[in-house]
Amino acid sequence: MTRGQRVFLFLIPFILFIGLSAFLMRGLFSDPRELESVLVGKPVPEFQLPDLYQPTKVHDQTLFGGEPMLLNIWATWCPTCKAEHAFLNQLAEQGVRIVGLNYKDDPEKAKRWLAQLGNPYRVNLLDERGTLALDLGVYGAPETYIIDGNGVVLHRHVGDVNPRNWQAKLAPIYHQAASKQVAGTASGVAR
Amino acid sequence: MKPIISIVFLVLLSVGGYANAAIEAYQFEDEKQEALFRELTAELRCPKCQNQNIADSDAALAQDLREKVFLMVSEGQDKQQVVDYMVARYGHFVHYQPPTSAATLIMVGPILLIVIAMIVVFWRVRQGKLESATDELDEEVLNKILEQDQPDSSDLVSNQNNKD
Repeated sequence: MTRGQRVFLFLIPFILFIGLSAFLMRGLFSDPRELESVLVGKPVPEFQLPDLYQPTKVHDQTLFGGEPMLLNIWATWCPTCKAEHAFLNQLAEQGVRIVGLNYKDDPEKAKRWLAQLGNPYRVNLLDERGTLALDLGVYGAPETYIIDGNGVVLHRHVGDVNPRNWQAKLAPIYHQAASKQVAGTASGVAR
Repeated sequence: MKPIISIVFLVLLSVGGYANAAIEAYQFEDEKQEALFRELTAELRCPKCQNQNIADSDAALAQDLREKVFLMVSEGQDKQQVVDYMVARYGHFVHYQPPTSAATLIMVGPILLIVIAMIVVFWRVRQGKLESATDELDEEVLNKILEQDQPDSSDLVSNQNNKD
């Protein structure tokens, strides 16, 4: 056995150790609560849900289409929803289209909440039994889905939307979808 | 003192009883459906809580999923249909028996390591035997050389050998 071979043999455990450390280190910073969404790349599931403000008006999946939107799952019983609400208001002011899904909530409480804190939503769907939420694979509020102009889910975000993760992750996806939309339709997005 | 402790325990026990009683009761058409329901709720994982099946979890989401499983089972759907329904919504995370994939192959890792370790140990033991055999040979050769070169000391060596 030459000297080089010997050194290499001694290095094997060291290399293994470094590899294992790197693997475990990554595990330290990964969030086990963040689940992959099965829905990414697929259209929004079919649904029929009433409007929060006009219970007789029924929306379906065609609500998503034409232009990219955010679908925000929220409820008055969810403290994190309250934390992100101010930022959603800001986004709405900037022209970001947000659809709300009021999840397993009391409609009266929901209306009061929106009257108090402001309403960033274009439309608010009323999902008292959580049927659409189940089809979406929602496992907690708040969750925010980015949906493109064809009604296809691009991204699922679990937890609050805040300036940090909006800038870093969500805004690029949303704006890319929006610019594709402008390029795709001759008239552009007229608001 | 003793009676107080036993009273405290009694209260705690009865509270535990109430907690169990709060779990929803489902009416099944037959035992087969009930068995399937039990099997499914034990095998489906609650997406909200980190490591509980939906039978054990008290999370609101687990309750919803139990109800959904109950509805599907009472409609007469089979196990695979219910599992597929859940996986289509929550991904393979929701099922405690995920299909084989690159990600689940990591489970073979420990077995693979043991096999490799056994091969290495076997190989080294054989190598060791061969080496010790050559050592003996070397010793014989060396002794012969010593005998030839230094006849005086060879007596000493043979004397020592005789003593043993």
